[in-house]
Amino acid sequence: MTWTWFHRLASPPHVYALATRLTPWFAWPAGALILAGLYGGLVLAPPDYQQGEGFRIIYVHAPSGWMSLMVYVTMAITAAVGLIWHMKVAHAVAASCAPIGASFTVAGLVTGSLWGRPMWGTYWEWDPRLTSELILFFLYLGYMGLRSAIDDVQRADRASALLAVVGVVNVPIIHYSVSWWNSLHQAPSVMKLAKPEIPAAMLVPLLMMLGGFTLFFAALLLVRMRAEILNRERTANWIHEALTG
Amino acid sequence: MNTSAVNAARLVLARDLKLAFRKRGQFVQPLAFFAIVTTLFPLSISPELARLREIAPGVLWVAALLASLLALEFLFRDDAHDGTLEQYALSGQSLTWLVFAKTAAHWLLTGLPLSAMAPLAGLSLGVPYASLAGIMAPIALGTLALSLIGAVGAALTLGVRRSGVLLTLLTLPLAMPILIFGAQATDLAVRGASYAAPLYLLAAMAVLGVTLAPLAAAAAVRISLE
Repeated sequence: MTWTWFHRLASPPHVYALATRLTPWFAWPAGALILAGLYGGLVLAPPDYQQGEGFRIIYVHAPSGWMSLMVYVTMAITAAVGLIWHMKVAHAVAASCAPIGASFTVAGLVTGSLWGRPMWGTYWEWDPRLTSELILFFLYLGYMGLRSAIDDVQRADRASALLAVVGVVNVPIIHYSVSWWNSLHQAPSVMKLAKPEIPAAMLVPLLMMLGGFTLFFAALLLVRMRAEILNRERTANWIHEALTG
Repeated sequence: MNTSAVNAARLVLARDLKLAFRKRGQFVQPLAFFAIVTTLFPLSISPELARLREIAPGVLWVAALLASLLALEFLFRDDAHDGTLEQYALSGQSLTWLVFAKTAAHWLLTGLPLSAMAPLAGLSLGVPYASLAGIMAPIALGTLALSLIGAVGAALTLGVRRSGVLLTLLTLPLAMPILIFGAQATDLAVRGASYAAPLYLLAAMAVLGVTLAPLAAAAAVRISLE
């Protein structure tokens, strides 16, 4: 097996061109899946026998919460790759992840609290998953705060990469200590392979939304990454050729 | 185990303690801060001991966390200013051990005195005498874990503008498990129940911190010195 594909990922012009080419391949399926998932979830799925129509917010809430964690892990992995192999492009990817992940976290928090209003009778309940989500948001804030406080790009890259790695080691500890602290929330019911507790008419749109959000994140990441690379390489010659082409 | 690295670490620990005793003011500040913060609660909530006893574990823990964080800013600052830290990095000795020694000195100078002061503050909040060990032991272990995690943040924010606020923003989310288990242990102790389970979990976090945090902190010091 040759590793040239991996080495070529270290070259900003190559990655810029690759990202430009790949963006529509993620963006269009993402849009199609999200539209289909929304139609399936908001129109076709039957109302929940306990929560009525209110449960439908799960189609935005669960994918947002899922993405907020997945983006953090993606950020930490790319940051570690940047730290270990000194890859500038990997740092650019990690830096582009943070604002997207923070936005998904905010979406998860807002939809969670909106869901709480009809279900718990209050907008905010100190339930373990919402609390973990809030702490995750603070972790994103810390990461972005550290980046913006350091002027030198290379130092900001390495310092924030280390912070992301330390953070991702702590995420499971935080998650389990918070759920130990308080366990009010319903147990997860999506992924029980033996006997799914939610019917297919509800589950299929949810999985479509999960897939759609993941592809949406990939498309957003590619766009942000191009902007980040352009900004970092603004003095390089290849930029002129790439933009005037 | 590399004996020369341990020796060097021991020398750094002795040096930091000696320096601290020469500049006492800096290390009295967090203790005074802790005393003032715990005084704010009776004044802002109620002088009734029965009500204060309910919130005492939370008050003690939040005040101890903040006081300990306040002191973290000094952990590397002076040594980074006068170039000592750079010499450590260039010395050929394991920077991990040296950073661990500095962190240990920092805990001996802030966490340990804080855990000795906490029972006093606890009594003023109406906590029963029998639970004083249940206040000291968790705060001693919790501040150790916090010093270790905070060392990473302190090293990353070296030479950064507004480093105090940023250090708090970086460290507090990572310190949430310490707060959860620590406050739980103290709360159980105040109620006269067994607090062994959360204390063991705190100890586990302190052990994890001793094992991993100095490695990350040393890497962070190198990044900041570049």
